[in-house]
Amino acid sequence: MNNVLHIVWLIPILPLIGFLINGLFRNSLSKSVAGFVGSAVILASFALSIFAFLQVKSGNTHLAHYFNLINIDALRIGFDFKIDQLSSLFLLIITGVGFLIHVYSTSYMHEEPSKDFAKYFAYLNLFVFSMLLLVMGGNYIIMFIGWEGVGLCSYLLIGFWFKNNDYTNAAKKAFIMNRIGDLGFLLAVFWLISKIGTVSYDEVFSATSLAKLSTTDITGITLLFFVGATGKSAQIPLYTWLPDAMAGPTPVSALIHAATMVTAGIYMIARSSILYSMAPVTQCVVAIVGLSTAILAATIALKQNDIKKVLAYSTVSQLGYMFLGLGVGAYTGAVFHVMTHAFFKALLFLGAGSVIHAMGGEQDMRNMGGLKKHMRITHLTFLLGCIAIAGIPPFSGFFSKDEILAAAFEASPVFWVIGVAGAMMTAFYMFRLYGMTFLGKFRGTHEQEHHLHESPAAITFPLIVLAILAVFGGFVGIPEVFVHGGHKLAEFLAPVFAQTNAYVSSHHAHEALSHNTEYILMGTSVLLALVALSYAINKFSKYQKTETASTGLAKVLENKWYVDELYDAVIVKPLRSLSAFFNNVIEKKGIDGLVNGVGKAVNYGGRQLRWIQSGQVGAYVLLMVIGMLVLFIIQFFVKNI
Amino acid sequence: MLGTYTTFPELLILVPMLAGVICFFLGKNNAAKNVALFASIVTLCISLASLCYADEKFAKYNTVSYIWLKYIGSTYLVGLDATGRMLTLLTAIGFPLIFVATYKNDYKNSASFYGLMLLTQAGLMGVFCAMDALVFYFYWELALIPVYFLSSKWGGEKRIQATFKFFVYTFAGSLLMLIGIIYVYLHTPGRVFEDGTTSAHSFSINAFYQAKLAVSDQAWVFWLFFVAFAIKMPIFPFHTWQPDAYDQSPTSVTMVLSGIMVKMGLFGVLRWLIPIFPAATKEYAHLIMILSIIGIIYASCIAIVQDNLKKLVAYSSIAHIGLMCAAIFAMNAISVQGVLLQMFNHGINIIGLWIVVDQLEKKTGVKEISKLGGVAHKAPVLTILLVIIALANIALPLTNAFVGEFMMFAGVWQYNHWYAAIAGISIILAAVYTLNMIQKVFYGETKPLTESIKDIALHEKVILSVIVVCIFMMGVYPQPMIDLTKHAVKVLLTINQ
Repeated sequence: MNNVLHIVWLIPILPLIGFLINGLFRNSLSKSVAGFVGSAVILASFALSIFAFLQVKSGNTHLAHYFNLINIDALRIGFDFKIDQLSSLFLLIITGVGFLIHVYSTSYMHEEPSKDFAKYFAYLNLFVFSMLLLVMGGNYIIMFIGWEGVGLCSYLLIGFWFKNNDYTNAAKKAFIMNRIGDLGFLLAVFWLISKIGTVSYDEVFSATSLAKLSTTDITGITLLFFVGATGKSAQIPLYTWLPDAMAGPTPVSALIHAATMVTAGIYMIARSSILYSMAPVTQCVVAIVGLSTAILAATIALKQNDIKKVLAYSTVSQLGYMFLGLGVGAYTGAVFHVMTHAFFKALLFLGAGSVIHAMGGEQDMRNMGGLKKHMRITHLTFLLGCIAIAGIPPFSGFFSKDEILAAAFEASPVFWVIGVAGAMMTAFYMFRLYGMTFLGKFRGTHEQEHHLHESPAAITFPLIVLAILAVFGGFVGIPEVFVHGGHKLAEFLAPVFAQTNAYVSSHHAHEALSHNTEYILMGTSVLLALVALSYAINKFSKYQKTETASTGLAKVLENKWYVDELYDAVIVKPLRSLSAFFNNVIEKKGIDGLVNGVGKAVNYGGRQLRWIQSGQVGAYVLLMVIGMLVLFIIQFFVKNI
Repeated sequence: MLGTYTTFPELLILVPMLAGVICFFLGKNNAAKNVALFASIVTLCISLASLCYADEKFAKYNTVSYIWLKYIGSTYLVGLDATGRMLTLLTAIGFPLIFVATYKNDYKNSASFYGLMLLTQAGLMGVFCAMDALVFYFYWELALIPVYFLSSKWGGEKRIQATFKFFVYTFAGSLLMLIGIIYVYLHTPGRVFEDGTTSAHSFSINAFYQAKLAVSDQAWVFWLFFVAFAIKMPIFPFHTWQPDAYDQSPTSVTMVLSGIMVKMGLFGVLRWLIPIFPAATKEYAHLIMILSIIGIIYASCIAIVQDNLKKLVAYSSIAHIGLMCAAIFAMNAISVQGVLLQMFNHGINIIGLWIVVDQLEKKTGVKEISKLGGVAHKAPVLTILLVIIALANIALPLTNAFVGEFMMFAGVWQYNHWYAAIAGISIILAAVYTLNMIQKVFYGETKPLTESIKDIALHEKVILSVIVVCIFMMGVYPQPMIDLTKHAVKVLLTINQ
């Protein structure tokens, strides 16, 4: 109680207050007030997060217990927050990047009517609140509260322009696919409860609890949690909602669908690292799913023409790399990539937003080109973001991706080869995007050309800050080969993964890569990325619109490997037919038919017997006499047999 | 005064009953309405007061017995225990909510309408308080018969067909239960009254709990009770009366049916079925859980293809009740606690849903989802409140239903992993039908029917806001409700050891 970190409840409460103010008074707030309230609460949260981070850095971690959500003899679930290295790092990312995106939004959403403007900020604040719960929770239930909360906000924001049915379809798809994952998450929690009767991290990861879990238990639990992660973090097979989610306003894509929410799955696995390290089967599944997603999404990104769609597939692909990292045990590397990715991907999305803004809502890159001269700041920052994601040293993406790839090589050189192929594709499609958008000649309409302009400061300021972070952010994790003790991030996070690392080193003989190998790996991947990059620039700076329809593989890629169509045919349609069958055949003809049949039989019987009730006393007497005679005869004969 | 002259259970039953009788004699339109509203608020106050006297030491406030039919061993024994207190509270909250939400509705012959409504409330209170099998049966019927009249007189176009089905189902159930009660009665120990009268058997609940039924007897008498309760809940395949009844009854009756009356079935299982037939319960738990789980998935699927808004809510409710039934038969501390929590929450949420559906139907004149659209532009407040209630209905965290459903699923998982996993699919299906409904009714462009609608009036806003506040309070801090019903879980599980 006396711990200063006990006040961390303020960090999520502030955005909640912002949500309530903007939500309840949306009709009366002016745009500037709504925008100010929305951004100010996040800034305050950010300040508190810095405070929490510094406390943690000086060695003060805290488990804050506020009240009990459920308290019965068989189960106690507290409303607890855990502030340690991992959560404090995520706090910084969420509130820091979140604040920049709020500022950006004040300008980007300015054309909305003030009621909708306030609503937008309310949703955005609610999202930050949920996301903070997710990472601050001291047990899986608080995490789950945030987990579904961010899903809800994502749904609300994707469908923000709810007149358009395509947008609301995309929103619905996101929510439902997330819920499929959520079921996995919940089942994992039930499994934990039935085996060890608790969901709090500290208790679950304690040696006594872990001893109660068999290998099957751990494998099952981790796999089910991973199902949850595939939903939230858009991995195979549940990734298809993320590209569609681009229907939402662009800052939303930057915040939710690039920097924060989609990394929840990585956070969750990093949090449960000890469980995952104890389940090699799961680790293998995570690595393979991650790598496959990374490649699949990268191939699709090669042929997309919508600027946001390219970035969306790129996000899916980068998330795949993070899972690859988790799968091969590079937890720090995965978290590192979450951080650098938050910088450069938020930057790229916001940059794309700035472009879309200037183009008057146009998102098709075939109609862009030559924007370099018109939008200097956007262009420069975007270019820096592209270099960072392509993994060119010394930009941030290089360090984090390299760490993951090196760990993948240790696990299996095959992983590394495929991973590098993906990295090449990344460099290619990013510079294809860059070339088509900023280089060459403008291909849009005259009206658009006339309208081209650099965005206002509220938009360029976040771009500049994020560009600085995207360029220099990698220096917190310089690998051993360059500078001894250069990996400050690993040092900082060490206590979180101490238990896991101790477990791993006691179970597997571990040999670090030699420095030479590491240099060769690094050099190869950078070289290949450079080749891909320059080829892309060369090709797409001269891009011309063509009308010919693509064929073969190109067509398949343009159609995203027809995965949506496949899901539609295999899941959506059969579900509808089954439901219709239940409704029309079993319910109406079967059960109801039976019940009505009984009713009809009774009715029919009643009608047939009506003649007996003729109402004439004489007839009744006659019947009575007959009846008595029958009884008499029966009795007489029965007795005599 | 309390304890000497009267007790809580008596008050909870008598106030609505007397008010109901008075209503029949009030001719003027608004008089009956106002008397009913006033009586229901008084009942609510009594119920809230009873919460403060829940402790063991206030036993004399909470239980009372009168000589009734002592030669056959029945006394008029009513009492409030933990489960009863929770459900009488739900009943007491439900009725004023319903009366206020439908205050603007005008009924032909409103005196009889409100009289019958209040008699239903009295019957429900009686069911939840009865501690004597005969009294229980009496109130069970008292709760049902007014509903039958209400639906058949004030219902929709196809009301006769719907109420006929409702009547056949429930009447069959009641009859089976009566046979069951008599059979168990014949196996109860005898009883000696204070004045020396003796009876060979007894109807008191304790005597029923002590009835010595052979396992082979339990095996079939169990089903007599179970079918009666299963019809009332209802669970698959005894459910087909429900969508029609919900669709055709006047909305306020539908709210009573779905919010409160379905709990009679669950309550019957908890209070009577399981303690009387412990062996059969264990024996058939698997079978019933399988039935319930089939019902959960089946009803959720049907909800997906429903175009009728009312039937969609009905099928969604069947799915939720199915989960509660499965959780009861899982018979562990977590699942039963979850059920007790969820019985209350489900009642609040579904009443909220009906209020919104009623509003939509009144404003547009239709209940077909495909004819609606774009309501969010015209009625933003209604939309927001509905979205919150609908999300609570699909158990989003921090809403009331989450805690209950979470505990129920966790409990079912402890009983059998696969049951929980399969039942869990319903949380995905629930998202599908709920979001489909929200999208088609509220989003998109407006349609001719929704072109000129207005947002809801103040009293409807207030009522829905009250429900929304309840949803969040119970979702963020459910512990008071858990504490209220904790004891019941212990009692049930010890009886059934």
